[in-house]
Amino acid sequence: MNLTSFIPLLLALGLSPLLPGVINRTKAFFAGRRGPPLLQTYFDLWKLLQKGAVYSRTTTWLFRAGPIIGLAATLTAAMLMPLGNVPALIAFPADFLLFAGLLGVARFFIVVAALDTGSSFEGMGASREVFFSALAEPALLVALATLARQADMLSLSTLFGPVSGAHWLPAGPVLILVVIALMILLLAENARIPVDDPNTHLELTMIHEVMVLDHGGPDLAFVLYSSALKLWLFAALMVGMILPATGNSGLSLLLAVGGMLIVAVVVGVIESVMARLRLVIVPQLLVGAGALVAVAFLLSLV
Amino acid sequence: MKTGAASFIRNGDAVALAEIPGLDLDDFREQILQSCENNGRVMALFGQPGGADNVRLYVVLANDTEGQLTLCSTEVAARYPALTPACAQAHWFEREIAEQWGVLPEGHPWLKPIRFHHSCRPGHDAWNRSAETPLRPGVTDFFTMTGEEVHEVAVGPVHAGIIEPGHFRFQCHGEKVYHLEISLGYQHRGVERALVGGPNKRTIPYLETLAGDTTVGHTLAHCEAIEALAGCRVPARAQVLRAIAVELERLANHTGDLGALAGDVGYLPTASYCGRIRGDLLNLTALICGSRFGRGLVRPGGVLFDLDESRQSQLNERLEQARKDVTNAVNLLWDAPSVRSRFENAGPVSRATALELGLVGVAARASGIERDVRAQFPSGIYRFAQIPMSLYHTGTVFARAHVRWMEIQRSLAFIFDQLQGLPEGPVRAEIGPLASNRAVISLTEGWRGEICHVALTDPAGKFAHYKVVDPSFHNWMGLALALRNQQISDFPLCNKSFNLSYCGHDL
Repeated sequence: MNLTSFIPLLLALGLSPLLPGVINRTKAFFAGRRGPPLLQTYFDLWKLLQKGAVYSRTTTWLFRAGPIIGLAATLTAAMLMPLGNVPALIAFPADFLLFAGLLGVARFFIVVAALDTGSSFEGMGASREVFFSALAEPALLVALATLARQADMLSLSTLFGPVSGAHWLPAGPVLILVVIALMILLLAENARIPVDDPNTHLELTMIHEVMVLDHGGPDLAFVLYSSALKLWLFAALMVGMILPATGNSGLSLLLAVGGMLIVAVVVGVIESVMARLRLVIVPQLLVGAGALVAVAFLLSLV
Repeated sequence: MKTGAASFIRNGDAVALAEIPGLDLDDFREQILQSCENNGRVMALFGQPGGADNVRLYVVLANDTEGQLTLCSTEVAARYPALTPACAQAHWFEREIAEQWGVLPEGHPWLKPIRFHHSCRPGHDAWNRSAETPLRPGVTDFFTMTGEEVHEVAVGPVHAGIIEPGHFRFQCHGEKVYHLEISLGYQHRGVERALVGGPNKRTIPYLETLAGDTTVGHTLAHCEAIEALAGCRVPARAQVLRAIAVELERLANHTGDLGALAGDVGYLPTASYCGRIRGDLLNLTALICGSRFGRGLVRPGGVLFDLDESRQSQLNERLEQARKDVTNAVNLLWDAPSVRSRFENAGPVSRATALELGLVGVAARASGIERDVRAQFPSGIYRFAQIPMSLYHTGTVFARAHVRWMEIQRSLAFIFDQLQGLPEGPVRAEIGPLASNRAVISLTEGWRGEICHVALTDPAGKFAHYKVVDPSFHNWMGLALALRNQQISDFPLCNKSFNLSYCGHDL
């Protein structure tokens, strides 16, 4: 293990709350508003960490464990994610399976914590989250498997090198399909429009937000931080594929961070130019993403 | 059966109480049921303490196509056979009568309180509750469904947004809503009772704050009632200024609603722009009278503020700018396919259902019903300057949004037109005492729909009874039915497309 391997993790820890800020500023630009400060998520996290938490008498330890396990699992997943040409802190063959699994664990505990409250709103949100993730998770796995197949590598830390840059010429169709599918998954998994609306206050329409309605204080800070990290990880997947590999570590890290910000801007643009889908249409979108990666996988076998 | 010609009255005409046909109960029922079968509808149905231990029921029946109003009454004792089973429009009116006067409409299929207050006739209670029983809004029986996978969702009265309190009970199977029951009454203040004995210094403030977003609409309906009772002729200039104020109120609210509809589907540009433009439009009302909501503008006899030339040209200019802005913002909405796919097919109310429930205003016109006080029961300047009715046929969220957009365009054209030829002269006439023992029906098309005020005066020329029917009173049931077989996640969108008033309903 090399000390530079800490850099991708530290960047994720330090910069991930910046992404929601960039998205919000982009949305504000399109709406003709000034928007919140870029660092608003940091301020929110700081504020929430100062607060106490209130727990309903109907909840059990599961409710308190949800945000903590969720954050722990997401942090572990972040340790598997390389950035630029710097490998991740932990890398071993087939670690992408663990990556997808850890995100699943985080989700499972957030869902269980939501159900633990017994609230009908949170129950609805949990049901929606589980339904949609049942469609999104296979798509993510197949997308990662396609990349692994294309690169002929089995670790996240090594598979991006061979699929980026010059590799786009021969393998273009496969990679384009995967990038589009990953973008859809990023929007779906991170509660963005067109799948979910992170800004809405309407409990009946929410998916992710409604599951964490009862969390407050440090618990809510954990949830917010996990969300920001998750967004960072999905963006890192896309950036790893798209950005050309360079020999210089410093330059590639700089490019990668710039790429992350561009992904955030793209998300902001998408949110600004379209409305949310009807909830019944969301599965069609996710199945569509699944179909794209399935085709990509078949093409990569050729 | 037929009734005498005296029973037909016009919007804003005072008639002697003695001329209101007092029918026996069977004829009264027959009159209502027949009217509802022949293009008629129940505009208002209310009680007032009558002789002995009785309650006198009054009904205002309207025939939209002929522009005809019928007012008649009957006397009932402790109970009478309910109208609701044969005429769904009477549903909430009969519940209101039961709650206010302790008269039992026998055979009413869903007799529950609507505002959760004690009877206004001590000792009479339709549910035999004692006067000491504390009543809490929403504490009542709800329609329930049973079954393995049926679940119930309760929303409110405390909501996540800054809106009024109301309780919504959904019976769902998964995401699908089978039934929605709406329980209101949290904002009941007793406005109607407080108006009895007036008019006095408090009357106008009560009316102006009866539903804050419809200040001009309700105050205008009230002032026209007073003017009819006092035999006062309002100067032409005041009539035009009133109409401009009503249309500005419509513009501001419709614009705000379109923005809020965009916000509910997560379409940000229109949501932000319309929010700002709504403010610009409210400021135009403030330009006329100094209050963004039009308080202090409309008074019996005319208006309190004249529009001098410089402010008139300023109003014209700023309205033109708002017209450009709102056109741009709303066209963004229509041009986004993702928005269209959310609006279309959501929350449909068929024409038949809308007719049966007696919906009014935007909700009725969006279901293809020609129903607009400005065209069918015009008063003031609307008798001379007509606004085309805005209709759409599908009854969906899209239809209600589209009708709003058409009305925005037509109200803008109307105001520009009126500003061109603003009549000269005074803006207020002297107003004398009210005639005694009279009744008047005063209608205004507020931005939400038809506002109906009925005032009855006593021998001293004071209000013996004052009935306010806000458009929301007719339309809440429409929202409940619009949700049937819809996705529960579309409720906020459907709700916003109706945008009904809680305080206007609760009074």
